[in-house]
Order: sequence, then structure tokens, then C-alpha cells
Amino acid sequence: MRYIEPHAHMVSRTTDDYEAMVTAGCAAVCEPAFWAGFDRGSVHGFRDYFCQLTDYEPKRAARFQLPHYSWLCINPKESEDMGLAREVLQIIPEFLKRPSVLGIGEIGLNKNTRNELTILQEHVDLAATHNQLILVHTPHLEDKLKGTRLILDLLKSDSRIHPSRVIIDHVEEHTVEMVLDAGFWAGITLYPESKATPARAIDMVEQAGMRNIWLNCACDWGRSEPLAVPRTALEMRRRGHSPEAIDHLVYGNPLRFLSQNPRFQLA
Amino acid sequence: MTRQQVLDLYFMDARCKLIELAAFLDRVERASGESDFRHEALVKALEHLSLNEPSRAKQVLLSLSDPTSEPIAAAPGKGACGAWPGATPSAP
Repeated sequence: MRYIEPHAHMVSRTTDDYEAMVTAGCAAVCEPAFWAGFDRGSVHGFRDYFCQLTDYEPKRAARFQLPHYSWLCINPKESEDMGLAREVLQIIPEFLKRPSVLGIGEIGLNKNTRNELTILQEHVDLAATHNQLILVHTPHLEDKLKGTRLILDLLKSDSRIHPSRVIIDHVEEHTVEMVLDAGFWAGITLYPESKATPARAIDMVEQAGMRNIWLNCACDWGRSEPLAVPRTALEMRRRGHSPEAIDHLVYGNPLRFLSQNPRFQLA
Repeated sequence: MTRQQVLDLYFMDARCKLIELAAFLDRVERASGESDFRHEALVKALEHLSLNEPSRAKQVLLSLSDPTSEPIAAAPGKGACGAWPGATPSAP
């Protein structure tokens, strides 16, 4: 089996996880910028983080012949401080030139505040100005429905944004249809407690169709499973899905979306 | 898949989770002190399990969601607790 892990926070994971992912058939891993579990105190912390994402982490993955790509932004959890957020937005363009950067992400909303929405709009401006792909984080749990609606409204109102170049991640049963119906890609995140289990993810794919959906593990420093995508592929086999259908979902779909950036190349 | 195949694959897992949920509700009831909106929201969400159409998961998620549409003035914190506390937040 082969698969692409399109959303994993590998800076939080051990080298053993890289080895396990490659052993399971991972052909490439993509890492969006996210919250470190604490608020960084200055723009310098973000500069170091962007260097880690675009320089150190690709080298660590390369030890296992695994291509590593990244997405850059300030996460919505840190967007309440608009002064800091704007300083970070100013340094992102210099990193967009680096060869493993795929776009702007994971941007979005956390608690659906006015400041978060303003900084989301500024990230979208940045992406449009630099013709970048966009990866969107939708809020957690009780905030997801409202946040997804606000995000869709913002993106649909910007004529520069092409939905086929935007993936809206962490969809669940109550948000997947509105994302796909608006023409965007949808990401289903596999988590042990929150977001989706393998069984629910396959339910959604079976109902919505698999044309513009990808699966990801979004493994980070919390409870998460770096092998969630191949485990879900096994679950699909148990349900009788063909090897071709599984390959389409876990390899072909992320390849199709990510290849919109010509930098995305598999070894 | 046929219904028989779905039952063969998932019945034991669903049975386990159902008993876990029942035991959780018993545990809350046996415990002392006040409950909060999360307990009430969970009990209310259970009503959607008796629907006669295959949208129970979606309806449960909608039931636990913030139904409002306006952005809020400031974040009360960074986390989410899994149930909407209502218009006057009283997060645990």
C-alpha cells in the first residue's frame, strides 16, 4: 500500500514515527504550521519555527527517504494578538521562496472571534497576492459548525480565491456537505477522541463520494495516531473497498490537490 | 455492505460504546455536587439516536454545536469543551 500523509505535525513526533510511517507506505508528508501548545512571545519564535519547518524537518524526514513539505502561517489560536500576528504575516513571504513550501496554512478560526476573522482575511490576502494554495483549519467541537460557515462566507466572497485550490480540513458529518457543495476540497482528520474515527471517516466518504476528499492524521503533541491513514485504509479493506478505490483516496486524491503546486514531487 | 455485514463488523464495538455511555451517565448521577450544561447537552443529544433516518451522527453534532452566526468579541480561552454552553457562557 502507498499513501500520502497530507497533514502531520512532525516537529512534535519522534524519529520512530517517521520510520513507522515509511514502513506503512507513506510516500510524502506535509506539515502545516500550528500552535506549539503555548503562545510564542515574539516574531523571532516564529522565524525559528519556520526555519525548523523548511530546513531541519525536511532533513530529518530525508533520513528515511521521505519527502517533507510545509505550509506557513500563524495559527488562529495565536491570532487574538493582532500585533504579533501582523508581524508574523510580514516575514512569511521570505519563506514562501523555500523549495518545500506548498502554501498558506493551516489558517482558519479557533473560537470564532473578530480578531481571528481579521487575521484569517489577511492570510487569504497574502495567499491571493502570492498565488498560493490554502489549507484551512476549522474549529474544534462545538465551535466547528459556526466557524466553518464563517470561513466559507469569507472565502466565497473573495473572487481571487479558487475553491479547487483550497482544502478545508477537519470536516465532520455536519460540515462535510457544505464544504464540498461550495466546490472546496475537504479533509477528514482521524483522531482517537475528537474529529473522526476511521469508521466514521469511511461513512462520510461512502456518502459524499471520494472525489475531492483526503484523509489525514494531523498527529501532534496531543492524543493522535501517526498511522491513522493506513489504519483507515485497512478498515476500508474490511468493508470490501477495492485496492484501487483505497489508493484513489489515500494516495491519488492528495497527490492531485498538492500537485497544483509544481514543487510537490514524489521521489 | 449488507446490514448483516455491518452488524458482523461493528455490533460488538457499538455495544461496548453504548454500555460505556450508560455507565458514564450512571457515574454522573451517583456523583455529588452540581452538574453543568455538558451533561444536559449530552442527554439531549441522545434523543437523536431514536431518529428513523441515517443522519443521527450529523444531528448529534448539530445538537452539540454553537448555532449562532456572529463572530464573538474576544476568545474566552483557547479550548473547546464539546458542548455549547449557551448565550451566556459558563465554561467549566
